[in-house]
Amino acid sequence: MKANPKPKSSKKVVELRLYVAGQTPKSLAAIANLKNICAGTFEEEYRILVVDLLKNPALARDHQILAIPTLVRSLPVPICKIIGDLSDTERVIVGLDIRKAKPEKSKSKTHHA
Amino acid sequence: MASRAKNSNRELRPLEKTPTGIPGFDEISEGGLPKGRTAIVCGGAGCGKTMFGIEFLVRGALEYNEPGVLMAFEETPEDIARNVASLGFDIQDLANKKKLFLDYVSVEPQEIAESGDYDLEGLFIRLQSAVEAVGAKRVMFDTVEAILSSFSNTGMLRAEFRRLFRWLKDRGLTTVITAERGEGTLTRHGLEEYVSDCVILLDHRVKDQISSRRLRIVKYRGTKHGADEYPFLIDERGMSILPLTSLQLQHTVSNERVSSGVPDLDEMLEGKGYFRGSSVLITGTAGSGKTTLAASFVNAACRRGERCLYIDFEESRHQVARNMHSVGIDLAHWAEKGLLTHEAWRPTQFGIEMHLLRIHKFIEKVKPQCVVIDPITNLLNGSSDKEVYSMLMRLIDFLKVAGITTVFVSLTSGGSDLEQTTVGISSLTDTWILLRDVELNGERNRCIYVLKSRGMAHSNQLREFVLTGEGVKLLPVYVGPGGVLTGSSRLSQESRERESAMEQQQALERKRLEAERRRLTLQAQVATLQAELDAVEKDERNFDREEKKREAQEKRDQDALAKSRGSKSEVGGI
Repeated sequence: MKANPKPKSSKKVVELRLYVAGQTPKSLAAIANLKNICAGTFEEEYRILVVDLLKNPALARDHQILAIPTLVRSLPVPICKIIGDLSDTERVIVGLDIRKAKPEKSKSKTHHA
Repeated sequence: MASRAKNSNRELRPLEKTPTGIPGFDEISEGGLPKGRTAIVCGGAGCGKTMFGIEFLVRGALEYNEPGVLMAFEETPEDIARNVASLGFDIQDLANKKKLFLDYVSVEPQEIAESGDYDLEGLFIRLQSAVEAVGAKRVMFDTVEAILSSFSNTGMLRAEFRRLFRWLKDRGLTTVITAERGEGTLTRHGLEEYVSDCVILLDHRVKDQISSRRLRIVKYRGTKHGADEYPFLIDERGMSILPLTSLQLQHTVSNERVSSGVPDLDEMLEGKGYFRGSSVLITGTAGSGKTTLAASFVNAACRRGERCLYIDFEESRHQVARNMHSVGIDLAHWAEKGLLTHEAWRPTQFGIEMHLLRIHKFIEKVKPQCVVIDPITNLLNGSSDKEVYSMLMRLIDFLKVAGITTVFVSLTSGGSDLEQTTVGISSLTDTWILLRDVELNGERNRCIYVLKSRGMAHSNQLREFVLTGEGVKLLPVYVGPGGVLTGSSRLSQESRERESAMEQQQALERKRLEAERRRLTLQAQVATLQAELDAVEKDERNFDREEKKREAQEKRDQDALAKSRGSKSEVGGI
């Protein structure tokens, strides 16, 4: 499990967990894709947690993970899930509700600035 | 976890099986589910799929010391625990004892977006950790196809399903997966194409407002199995499937005889009664005394100290007890002593198999030596003849194997052929006693005869069947020039005969008196004549005496005269 915090000036925190199972090509692709998307999209503070279920199988049960890889946005609520290697950037952005949030946030950001 | 994969030449060894512990299932499948393989249990909603799987796990954990894993996709473990608690299974307790691992797999399609490639490794990780946590030998998925509706990538799903079943097989886990039945296919999503070792189909149908459940082993690769539809039920002790014993005509027989409870009837059966362990059929029209005859049998058995089970589909326990009291049979007394178990329920209460399973259960509970089922014809309500026939055949086999003497009461409806039982079970029974009414001279009388009794020289006589305050009596019917007479005809014929005999006797008496009178008259006449004779003889004797007296006198006179004349003659003679 490794944390990947990227502190930003915003108070809003986006918490993302990526559940993988070992160093499979799909897992590695998902990690890389997620980082790219986040780097290109988020302006607010976000955290990425990569959870390797092979090391901690009980978490699969606790967090109801079935498909691998699974990306979970645990904050802000409501929780949303995206499965797959995240190669479809558009779907990830929609799924994480970023695009809808972005104008608002960018507005608030600009307002803040 | 060590892989216990089957080696490639497994066809050389007979297929190993894992007993489910579900009563009846291991018999029809000849051992249980295929060991280390996956079986599909499919069927419509509410047919008992989940029940089957849970019982497989619970009995495995409790009876065979094989821990299990339950992967529930539709209901939470709490819900399942509550559902099966009513069947006497405490799965939460088993989970606490590490004999069962419960994992609720939540699949909510609307929450999930897809982006790119994925697989179901998460499921495998959960399954593996669950199997390792309890050392599972058994796994159940309920209902795994719930996954199918949650993911759009069907190609991936097919591959993952194949991988899953191979995974289970490689680890030697005996698995049950439940699946919804589809239109024209066994499962809605075609699961049977992945797993084809064993497919069990459950069915829940309602006919004439009575529900019945059926189980059929559609496929069981590499082994023989019962292929019929077997009825089953789910009750407070879980699932049970008929037959509880398989159908085999190999039961041993007894030469021991048991009384029918009616001495006169025993007399008709070589003076000894029924064979122990045989099945007796009593048929008759309404009110011909069938129940009384059956109750007499129970009475006699209880008197011998045997346990009896009386299954009644017509009257309540108290009603039968009261009615039988009127013919001198005290059933309540035997019930109090614990020898008689009288169970009554409505025939329309359940379907045919439920009835027979209940009967089975009571037999197992009571362990009786004698069983009465009164009347089997009522079982027809809500079932077809054929179903009843096959059920009764199973029941009779079961009872015979157990050595239980059984009396079946069957009602023949008026108008139908008396010698034809409604469900045609006469050929299954050993002794058939027919009760019939004879209508004559404005009254009905009961007649009894033994239509057949295998293995004994039974009477061919028709007897009149009379209910008295001291039980059943059989009277020889009047057979005479006027034909076979019963009831008051017999009585009047008998009294006519008595009258004519009396008349004859009276005539004879009259003649005897006449003769005596004549004898006395003649004797009187003889006496009179004798008296006359005596008088005459007396007279005769008097006459003789007087004659002698007169002669003597005359002599004396002559002498005297001679004397006087004699002296003169002397002189003259000189």
